[in-house]
Amino acid sequence: MEHSQVTAKDYKVTNPVKWCAGCGNFSILSAIQDVLPETGIEKEKVVSVSGIGCSSRFPYYMNTYGFHSLHGRGSAIASGVKLANPKLSVWQVTGDGDSMAIGGNHFIHLIRRNININVVIFNNKIYGLTKGQYSPTTPKGSITKTSPEGTIENPFNPGELTMGAQGTFFARMVDTNPKMMKKVLKEAADHKGTSIVEVLQNCVIFSNKIHQEITGKDVRDDNQIFLEHGKPMLFGKEKEKGLILDNNRLKVVKIGENGITENDILIHDTKTDCPNVHFMLSRMTLPEFPVAMGVIRAYDCTVYESLLNDQIIKAKENSDIKNVDDLLNSGDVFEI
Amino acid sequence: MTKNIKVVELEDVVVKFAGDSGDGMQFSGTQFSDTSASLGNDLSTFPDFPSEIRAPQGTIAGVSGFTVHIGHKDVHTSGDQADVLVAMNPAALKANMKWVKDGATIIIDIDNFDNKHYKKAGYIEDPLHEGLLKGYNLIKPPITNLTRSTLKNSGLDNKTIDKTKNQFVVGILFWLFNRDLKRGEQFIKDKFKGKDDIIAANIKVLNEGYNYAETVEALNTTYFVNPAKKYKGKFRNITGNIATAWGLIAAAEKSKLPLFLGSYPITPASEILQELSHHKNLGVKTFQAEDEIAGVCSAIGASFAGNLAVTSTSGPGLALKSEAIGLAVMTELPIVVINVQRGGPSTGLPTKPEQSDLMQALYGRSGESPCIVIAATTPADCFNYAYEASKLALEHMTPVILLTDGLLANSSELWPIPKMADMPEIKPRFVKDNNENYQPYVRDEKTLARFWAIPGQKGLRHKIGGLEKENITGDVSNDPINHQEMVIIREEKVQRVARNLPDQIMDGEPSGDLLVIGWGGTYGALLSAVKDLQENDKKISLAQFNYIKPLPKNTEEILKNFKKIIVCELNLGQFANYLRSQFPKFEYMQYNKIQGLPFMIAELKNKFNEILEDI
Repeated sequence: MEHSQVTAKDYKVTNPVKWCAGCGNFSILSAIQDVLPETGIEKEKVVSVSGIGCSSRFPYYMNTYGFHSLHGRGSAIASGVKLANPKLSVWQVTGDGDSMAIGGNHFIHLIRRNININVVIFNNKIYGLTKGQYSPTTPKGSITKTSPEGTIENPFNPGELTMGAQGTFFARMVDTNPKMMKKVLKEAADHKGTSIVEVLQNCVIFSNKIHQEITGKDVRDDNQIFLEHGKPMLFGKEKEKGLILDNNRLKVVKIGENGITENDILIHDTKTDCPNVHFMLSRMTLPEFPVAMGVIRAYDCTVYESLLNDQIIKAKENSDIKNVDDLLNSGDVFEI
Repeated sequence: MTKNIKVVELEDVVVKFAGDSGDGMQFSGTQFSDTSASLGNDLSTFPDFPSEIRAPQGTIAGVSGFTVHIGHKDVHTSGDQADVLVAMNPAALKANMKWVKDGATIIIDIDNFDNKHYKKAGYIEDPLHEGLLKGYNLIKPPITNLTRSTLKNSGLDNKTIDKTKNQFVVGILFWLFNRDLKRGEQFIKDKFKGKDDIIAANIKVLNEGYNYAETVEALNTTYFVNPAKKYKGKFRNITGNIATAWGLIAAAEKSKLPLFLGSYPITPASEILQELSHHKNLGVKTFQAEDEIAGVCSAIGASFAGNLAVTSTSGPGLALKSEAIGLAVMTELPIVVINVQRGGPSTGLPTKPEQSDLMQALYGRSGESPCIVIAATTPADCFNYAYEASKLALEHMTPVILLTDGLLANSSELWPIPKMADMPEIKPRFVKDNNENYQPYVRDEKTLARFWAIPGQKGLRHKIGGLEKENITGDVSNDPINHQEMVIIREEKVQRVARNLPDQIMDGEPSGDLLVIGWGGTYGALLSAVKDLQENDKKISLAQFNYIKPLPKNTEEILKNFKKIIVCELNLGQFANYLRSQFPKFEYMQYNKIQGLPFMIAELKNKFNEILEDI
């Protein structure tokens, strides 16, 4: 098979990549280029779609069919691509401004429809390309170019929004962890339905170290929990901490304390239809909780384009109208 | 009992049905027009419904109308004024008296003409006693009571029985116009298939109405409209919106491409989305998007992926789509944008026709953003221009905006059914797999169109986007000279379309005293007015434009051969101003109407006569 020979190199471009030195986008680009050969898809069937923003320059840096579109409209463009040809592997790359602000409406409707598109949100919690205004994910109180006294808006959490829109797949990952990114992206690619992957991405210029509390080498074991389907929700350097359900709320516990054993720890189930625990996991914030990483939800559900295709097949079978001549001569036709 | 009945032959007749939204006026109007069509009359219909779904019963706001114009001669409009008015209640009478000819026949349901209904309609005094209807042939059967007594043993409830009242009226009209009741009965059987009790009830009331007309003294003349001469072969009655939808399906079949419609419901364009959603049997994909922007963007995505991609909307929706249309201009992707114009600005007059989006279609985008703009002139013609819009988009790799309007959308006319074999070829600008010379902005020399490499094709991976690109390579470019070159190429590409367009045709002599210019959906009224004057030996001709950007090659030639030019449009002069910008050396008079109403033939004739007298 030809596509088995595809390597990450096939997805690299020769033109220069023009992100700032040290930008988190580079590692995300590499991770996607590394994962694509593993999905078994032919390289000509991959399409990168984006909106506007630093992240959205992505298609120019991928050797695939690419479409750099309009601010916020990537989901709508990608939907059209996928519905026009469901055999394509469609990757939408977006940022926190592109997907959560101007494109918020398209984002939730894409998720609600569950079209099989992989959406990667580069979340640096700031507007980078327009140089430093606050975004819908900027933490409340942050001082930015347009919030000299601190923002007074409650930020969106992409995970919460995804669950609220009946998302079937949500994952979170960190731009400094290639291994984690590859694992998550592979699962996102394999999922049938809309896959939302939030990347905690660092903007070296306007929000440098915004995720440091979560991603810093010294704190990451305690401040992140990497979730895997079927495995207990453990974290900490020695996996000595875990999550339990207490009075319908998540709670951090220590193994060995208060009689807690590993058997008490919640087992992660990405595939359940009930999103309640996934919702709680996606909302966990410091300092009370570690921030959830990995695949939080991967529920198999009907996919829009398959349902559409089924309807078309059925309509064709059940109709006497086989072509346009039939259509024009159907119904009330008069002969004089 | 026998009456002495006079039979009069008419060249044409206009019947207007008016009543409450729930009175079934659209139904009876369609029933009457379809049976006329089956007799071979030429016809044109126009439904006139309120923008409220069910406004309070008996009020002017709730009046729903349907006009049918049938003729032995050619019929181009639904008629200025009615020969027969059906008014199911006082509000329907009040709302329509100004559209009735002197001496017309007026059929009312006398059961609804009481003080309660007068009050709702806003009549201060009883219109029947005011002498208001003096000089008209008033027929006033107690339709509600007669319908109820006809069906009293039917087992149906009163609400259902009252819904058949319209058939009483149709019965009267069938007698009045010497129609075979069997055709009316067949229409009922087709529309209520499977509901035997409803069919039986409607047929019974239809016959009752017919018998009433036969017996009542007030009706002593019947009319006959002979079949039109021009029709032979198979034809059907079709509205502009349905014709538009079918034209798109036809273009998809001819070009062997899947059809994708991304759209958002909006009056009066929704029917295109609805109709296409019913044609999955022909592989049509419709995507009811979350908003107008997603509608056009999904179409652009589908176009990138190789479908014949379309979005449909009306004025305010076009405004929302403008940024995305600019993207399609920049990426040089084929999309068809259908704008069924309505009264504006803003929400405006959603159910009323206007031609005030021309400038928006031509210029309503950021930057120098040319696209092809064309307009359909009659309901059936929407088929051809939806087809043409698709063909031009696919062959020239550009967005095409097709302008229709609320009148074309809902009006119908008789249409000789075309054969697909006779439709022109459509040749999308495909490129073969692994073509080493392929680059995104390599162009066809003649048309300047780029080529359409479709995701999935081998060896043609490329990127497009909204940033300015270097010609040929398609690399992102900020180079000033390149930008100017690309702006000029995009404009030139659209202008070169004119090379393949047919010459503008004229109704009338190629020179004379007065050239009437119209565009789009005003054709019927303008043609009728101009023809009437031509029959009176006036040197007047009509040029009705379908192609607006670019204009046909012979446009200037046409303009220079008349003493005076008048541009008639349902706006404040947008096409006139466009012509001034293109051909400034001519003088253009204007006739503009912006009332949410089509032109009336009589007002046009008055205006043209006025000008002709001065020449």
